[in-house]
Amino acid sequence: MSIIIIGAGPAGCEAAYRLAQSGEQVELIEKENETGGNLNNWYQLFPDRKSAKELNRLLRQNLNHPNIRVHLNCEPVKIIRENNSFSIDLNDGAQLQGEALLLTTGFRTFNARRKEEYGYGIYENVMTSVELENFLTNHQLQTSTGKKPERIGLIQCVGSRDEKICNFHCSKVCCITAVKQAVEIREILPDAEILCFYMDMRMFGPGYEELYREAQEKYNIRFIRGRLSEASENLSKQVMIKAEDTLVGKPIRMSLDLMILMVGMEPSEGTRQLATQLNLKLAPNGFLHTADPHYATNLTSTPGIFSAGCSTSPMNLTDTLTDARSAAIAIKEFLLSNRANTHKKH
Amino acid sequence: MYYDPFVLPFTLGLNILLIYLLARYTRWIRSFSKEEKRIIRKNIFTLKTWKAGKEVFLESLVHHKIYRTSPFLGYMHMCFGLGWFLLIVIGKIESLVYHTSLLNPPYFAIFFRFFHPAQETFPYSTTFAFLMDLVLLMILSGLTLAWIKRLYSKALGMKKTTRHRPFDLLILTVLWCIFPLRFLAESFTSGVRGGGHFLTHTAGDFFSRFLPIESLSYPAWWAYSSALGLFFLLLPFSRYMHIPTEIVCIFLKNWGIKQGRTFTTFSQFQLYSCSRCGICIDRCQLGNSLKITDTQPVYFLKALRHNTEHSVPTDNCLMCGRCEAACPVGISLNNLRLSQRKDGSRITKATYGYIPPITPPQAKIAYFAGCMGHLTPGIIQAMLTIFAKAKADYTFIDEKGGICCGRPLLLSGNQKAASVLRDKNNDLLNQSGASLLVTSCPICYKTFKEDYELNMPVMHHTEYIRLLLRQGHIQPHHSELRTIFHNPCELGRGSDVYAAPEEVLKAVSHKLPTVYDGRDSLCCGGSLANIHLTPLQRTQLSSDALKAYLTYHPDVLVTACPLCKKTFSKTETSVPVKDIAEVVAENLG
Repeated sequence: MSIIIIGAGPAGCEAAYRLAQSGEQVELIEKENETGGNLNNWYQLFPDRKSAKELNRLLRQNLNHPNIRVHLNCEPVKIIRENNSFSIDLNDGAQLQGEALLLTTGFRTFNARRKEEYGYGIYENVMTSVELENFLTNHQLQTSTGKKPERIGLIQCVGSRDEKICNFHCSKVCCITAVKQAVEIREILPDAEILCFYMDMRMFGPGYEELYREAQEKYNIRFIRGRLSEASENLSKQVMIKAEDTLVGKPIRMSLDLMILMVGMEPSEGTRQLATQLNLKLAPNGFLHTADPHYATNLTSTPGIFSAGCSTSPMNLTDTLTDARSAAIAIKEFLLSNRANTHKKH
Repeated sequence: MYYDPFVLPFTLGLNILLIYLLARYTRWIRSFSKEEKRIIRKNIFTLKTWKAGKEVFLESLVHHKIYRTSPFLGYMHMCFGLGWFLLIVIGKIESLVYHTSLLNPPYFAIFFRFFHPAQETFPYSTTFAFLMDLVLLMILSGLTLAWIKRLYSKALGMKKTTRHRPFDLLILTVLWCIFPLRFLAESFTSGVRGGGHFLTHTAGDFFSRFLPIESLSYPAWWAYSSALGLFFLLLPFSRYMHIPTEIVCIFLKNWGIKQGRTFTTFSQFQLYSCSRCGICIDRCQLGNSLKITDTQPVYFLKALRHNTEHSVPTDNCLMCGRCEAACPVGISLNNLRLSQRKDGSRITKATYGYIPPITPPQAKIAYFAGCMGHLTPGIIQAMLTIFAKAKADYTFIDEKGGICCGRPLLLSGNQKAASVLRDKNNDLLNQSGASLLVTSCPICYKTFKEDYELNMPVMHHTEYIRLLLRQGHIQPHHSELRTIFHNPCELGRGSDVYAAPEEVLKAVSHKLPTVYDGRDSLCCGGSLANIHLTPLQRTQLSSDALKAYLTYHPDVLVTACPLCKKTFSKTETSVPVKDIAEVVAENLG
């Protein structure tokens, strides 16, 4: 019997490959028509600016392993648990049998329309950090009227650390993403004024703090500590913002040619649906609850069902891949003890 | 002279009660302010007194407002109110017909069956006996309902009934004893001497078969009189103080005494008028969604009256007004609560000195989006579209920012700070030179109307859009959208604007009727008046309210308040939430 993995983003791909390498059969289910998940929307990775495509290609290549079967455009419609095995019906009619289930259903980015005061979907020159990546891929950045933007603002914590929209958690990666994107914008627009509005800059990873410093010293990015309060649009389609510079203690009012919202992470639809379907415990922030935050990060509230990556909490890629490998080990241990038990009974 | 020692408990109790009430009310009425006394003097000899009398009959006796909550509940309260009243009035007339002296003592009518030798007839004596039995039966039927309500309140249309203090339970028991004891006393007497009618006569016959009623009848009269006396003695210290106080309160209200945001003598009258019927309990979303059971007006007023700890209930209230809309006594529950909130602000005129004066371009209509309006640019855009379509001569008065209307501060108890903001804003708005002020925010709207001294009329945008529709300045399509309307607390119950949004929404969509229409709309949970709830509790409130609305399966949930819109949108919703202005703007060609 095999191991069933739901979600072929970076975590799913990496776990599949590691399990396959250890001799297990893996069924990898993906609802989209390609693997890679949210990584497909990214241009360069922080902090080293490595190409996202490259990493994606590597992860995809690993899936050619003979022990892995990938089911694209597939979603589980029915999951039944009998004794020590899972039986899953897919929407394409296939039926899979597995000894263990790994959920790598990941995150979705916050729907910025819910933060109406920032005008996303209402004002023409407001976009999300995800949409910006697409512009960066094409090395082009224009306003809606085709103008070269002169002042660009990046707004942190959109949908994160915000009790008003019920997201209390920090999405971790948006700070460094904003630094990276600000640098990338600078390379496209050497003369533009680039501002970043933040609550705290959380530079937790190796090389992050260094990039943050470089952004200020070398790339002339201005960091302003203060949350955006509201935005409006003027006749020339500029975004007029109101904020407070909390270090100076003064209100600020200015116009931006482009406003980028650094959207946070929320548990994806798949994560939510599966949690309900499988009756899994959720953490207060809506992500999957893990048995122990230090020692058992891959165990859910149900034995035999494991989780890895951003379905359990916001993570950067490094942590996601590490978590996936850790899940592979946890599953392997589970299988070995299961098989030993069955052996004893016989 | 008709007299027997058993009338003593009743007579003593009644006299002590009357003296107590007289002393208490006199003291209260004396402490009214000069202005209030002037108002009373001005109105006491006018039709208003007559109107008040009518209201006393309808509310204190018939309890007609309670019928709205449940007919059974209304009937139960009517049995006690009107029933007891009729028992006294008809009894008095009966005693007068029998014994023509006007000055017969009060106990004579109450214990008439004891003093009246049954063989002796007098004009209409049978009719009186019949009526008195009928009224007694009515009261006893009400009593049965009251027992059922205590045991199983749902039967009378109440999910929950009031939790009472032990003392109130004691007097409740005494009250419940009064009428069965009267029934027994009259029945026993009838069994011995005849008299009575279909109820007491039949019962007397029945009891005489197996009870020594000869020796029981006299003690029964003692018991009846004692129960009455005890009830009167306990009344001033119990919730039944509402019986006399509500009557005085209704007169005061009709004469024009108002409950403001401070605790005054009139507040005392209101406080003691609460009968603790508990109708407010089921209306409170804090109870229904969050299982908070100490903050409903019945408990808040109880704590206030008995001076027990009430700081949390004071703050933990949405001031949505759902309880106030249902209160059969018509107590100003929101203002009473506000009067207890502490004014802790240290804000003075100088605090807002940095705000530059705004010289807005002069136009006929001044549009004020308000702070919350600025957080919902979708609503602003819709309004600007509507203004443009109607070719209105308008100016967006707080486009570059404005001053808070002050109501959020006021709701949190900081009345002084609120007045500073209000004065500042009032001047700015008056300088605009506009002849009409339109606002998108019901919170601003309410305080503009109630507390500002503006030199122009003010409209909420629902009212303005209705005006445009009626005058034909805009002609939106009627879309096929199935909508339901969430009337914001501050607009509907708060400012009595119900018809305008109804008319506008029906003009542009297929509006589904719901049980939450009008006064019964829910609170979205975003209320600025609550300074106690955690964000998670608020989310619970709003998702419960949303769930309730979505059982009607609308295509859009429509509201008319930026705060309601934002609150409902804070969690991902399956159905879009829009402001009524947005729905109208979408349907303009």
